[in-house]
Amino acid sequence: MAIKVRVPTPLMKLTDNKSEVTAEGETIADIINDLENQFTGIKDRICEESGAPRRFINIYLNEEDIRFLEGEKTIIKDGDEISIIPAIAGGTSN
Amino acid sequence: MMEFTDDQIERYSRHIILPEVGGSGQQKMLESKILLLGAGGLGSPAAYYLAAAGIGNLGIVDFDRVDLSNLQRQIIHSTERIGMLKTESAKKTIEALNPDVKVTLYNQKLDSSNIMELIDNYDYIIDGSDNFPTRYLVNDACVMKNKTLIHGSIYRFEGQVTVFKPGDGPCYRCLYPEPPPPGMAPNCQEGGVLGVLAGIIGNLQVVETLKLILGIGKTLVGKLLIYDALNTEFRKLNLRKDVDCPVCSENPTITELIDYEEFCGIKNSN
Repeated sequence: MAIKVRVPTPLMKLTDNKSEVTAEGETIADIINDLENQFTGIKDRICEESGAPRRFINIYLNEEDIRFLEGEKTIIKDGDEISIIPAIAGGTSN
Repeated sequence: MMEFTDDQIERYSRHIILPEVGGSGQQKMLESKILLLGAGGLGSPAAYYLAAAGIGNLGIVDFDRVDLSNLQRQIIHSTERIGMLKTESAKKTIEALNPDVKVTLYNQKLDSSNIMELIDNYDYIIDGSDNFPTRYLVNDACVMKNKTLIHGSIYRFEGQVTVFKPGDGPCYRCLYPEPPPPGMAPNCQEGGVLGVLAGIIGNLQVVETLKLILGIGKTLVGKLLIYDALNTEFRKLNLRKDVDCPVCSENPTITELIDYEEFCGIKNSN
């Protein structure tokens, strides 16, 4: 099942500058692994070594943060959309 | 209850005729006290529109000076003011726009020694800072002082806006418990921002602030608004309070302010 994944600006370098990609899988973990297969290096940017998302990156399934669902074990279904949302600090004073 | 002057009735007439605002709403704005952290990309448009709206008391914190490279987005400053303190420059623009606004300047770098006292005198705090150490400091101080924080951040073509209201919704650490380690922060790896994006996000912060003052509409408490300028998309995601949040949960592990180190050579400024 192919799922739409929204890639934030800071990671677009790894996805050939695409802000939207598709990935296959049954769970969030599958999707992240499939993203890594397509875009080498992206998993390390999103996840700790344990496989959990880094603490300054959140993964959303539709409008919900997966931390408040089943984490990376959250099961996805057809038509779902995944968003990767990193903390950004810019207000560009300088 | 203060009386409007004829000039004020005319100046604010387009507000006063809105049923959601009216004379009483305009009065609330004139009596409100808003603190702006930063007179930069987000702070410039925010200060401008807050002043136009008739916010009676506007505090501005910034220690930086106006630089030519700021003027692509920091519209409250101008070419002739290059080298001037940003606070002073902002004050000049605001006073020329609306004499009703009392501007208080704080030419200081925000840190754990001054933030608590600074925010104490204000109803709402607008975060227009540009670095993680300040954002965490501001968040923690607002939780500890029970102050509502209107958060905005921008990066290249993307912006985020939300409202952190202690007791009523999550805080920044519920979203992101710890700042990124040096080198991992998105803003450290590549720079640049579409200037007008600062205007969009800074002004969305103003919209949220005005709704909070007026007590109207639905605010972004518990929601993260994401604006993607390249794809012309606004998305609203749900933010939830983390029961294990290090600062706003019932048993916080962070009970004192932290001055995080400066990251990746970017000066810790507001």
